[in-house]
Amino acid sequence: MKIDKDVVEYVAHLGRLALEPHEVELYTAQLNRILEYMDTLNALDTEGVEPTSHAIPVTCVLRDDLVKDSFSVEDSILNAPEKIGSSFKVPQIIEVEE
Amino acid sequence: MEDILEMTIVQIRELLQKREISSVELTSYFLERIKRFDRGISAYIKVTGEYALAMAREADSKIASGEKGRLLGIPLGIKDIYCTKGIETTCASQILKGFIPPYDATVIRRLKDEGYVHLGRLNMDEFAMGSSTENSSFQTTKNPWDLSRIPGGSSGGSAAATAAGLCVASIGTDTGGSIRQPASLCGVVGMKPTYGRVSRYGLIAFASSLDQIGPITRNVSDCATMMNVIAGHDPMDSTSIPQPAPDYAASLGRDIKGLRIGIPKEYFKDGMETDVKKEMDASIALFERQGASTVEISLPHSEHAVATYYIICTAEASSNLARYDGVKYGLREPGKDIIDMYKKTRFKGFGKEVKRRIILGTYVLSSGYYDAYYRKASKVRTLIRKDFDEAFKSCDIIVTPVSPTTAFTIGERMEDPLAMYLSDIFTIPVNLAGLPGMSVPCGLDRKGLPIGLQLIGKPLDEARMIQAAYVFEKERKVEKIPERYK
Repeated sequence: MKIDKDVVEYVAHLGRLALEPHEVELYTAQLNRILEYMDTLNALDTEGVEPTSHAIPVTCVLRDDLVKDSFSVEDSILNAPEKIGSSFKVPQIIEVEE
Repeated sequence: MEDILEMTIVQIRELLQKREISSVELTSYFLERIKRFDRGISAYIKVTGEYALAMAREADSKIASGEKGRLLGIPLGIKDIYCTKGIETTCASQILKGFIPPYDATVIRRLKDEGYVHLGRLNMDEFAMGSSTENSSFQTTKNPWDLSRIPGGSSGGSAAATAAGLCVASIGTDTGGSIRQPASLCGVVGMKPTYGRVSRYGLIAFASSLDQIGPITRNVSDCATMMNVIAGHDPMDSTSIPQPAPDYAASLGRDIKGLRIGIPKEYFKDGMETDVKKEMDASIALFERQGASTVEISLPHSEHAVATYYIICTAEASSNLARYDGVKYGLREPGKDIIDMYKKTRFKGFGKEVKRRIILGTYVLSSGYYDAYYRKASKVRTLIRKDFDEAFKSCDIIVTPVSPTTAFTIGERMEDPLAMYLSDIFTIPVNLAGLPGMSVPCGLDRKGLPIGLQLIGKPLDEARMIQAAYVFEKERKVEKIPERYK
């Protein structure tokens, strides 16, 4: 087995996902099968092979730094689940000592 | 109006231009068909009837004032993955329910500039992750050829609506086969252009180095028309190829004498259904009768494509989907602090497959595993790409099946993610190499289910694929619409 429940829980935390206990169970089993399949790549010798990140290389694209219209503040916050005036509202970020 | 379903966009445009029909009549005809047939198919997540009729009225007045547009007055179905100003865009996910984009994707902008009519939003696997459209969080789309079967995915709604005549044509997206596989399983034409040929600006991202936009149509001529509208450079997408697209319609009607067709021996080894194999052999013979020659080629690393793909696409997805945090748009679940809010929002908003891929993608990118998985896969991707470079030295185009099987039944592969992933074994290498790929209907199996032929081209050589597909379509008449929807 490549990964256990603790690893799945830790990775879910990194990916900011809460999981139900039965999901942890299910994903652990499924991901082990999938990772086992992925390990077939180890049979290939890739020593000295350059990795591909983009199949069709387009070199660094730059544009002139010109002032242009952008989204209005109203449009930008239109879909916010919670807002105050023109700002996104989020739960407390900084811990406060009690 | 009944003949409309047999016509090309060019022919329908002539009728509109001659004022023999109006766009309002045409749009009403499709809205009526959707009402009548889509209850059984569930291709549309949402039908935008009033919006469509308003666009149709505008098209009619433009036609009356002498304006022209390649799609002026033509009703299309849109996969629910393109930001469309003022129209709810969900990616078939609960996390984006209620999201109203404040802008248009470049593709939508281009369709608008040519005067299209927006019939509605087509179903898909959530965030385009899937091969059956069963991962939609709203509904399961059925295959119009057999309602107990899946339409393929992720653009299953687009393919099903096109096959059942619930739109003139549609657009989809293809990350590992999501245009070609559903087009194949529903018996319609689907094109995944070269990576970078069509702008991804405003397309909701799944795997950015693989995602590409393309048309799903009932005939090759419409594929050319749609490509003429959507292809070409866009400064808003830094991966957009800075080259003008050719006139794809100019490829229609050219013969294929002397065309060299590559047949990859690894793809014809085993695992293919006998009816699929039979139609492949017949298709290759057809091309030869039309003056093409065939050459055996080898793509030895393709057998590693599925493993490579699921490392790369999940890695990219885990990063792309980090933006769904309950702050800027979409769903928010309350939490005791911000991390708790993120976790609860994402727990509630994402479906099973999306969570599975985020976890897998986070894992393959995580410290200690990056080299073993992500870096390794990126190197194997180079080997897969080089196989194609080598193969194209001796051929102009490659022919394979799109899918080793015809449409499978609903639920059949849902409990086994790996079996589902292997549905795309013939389409995935094309995305990894960034090449254009096309699905063309080539027959029905003994159960009456469509089989699709895949054409793979050199980078930016979509025109030659359209040329070959058009010759093929003319010679091999295949029913495009199931009898009961005529």
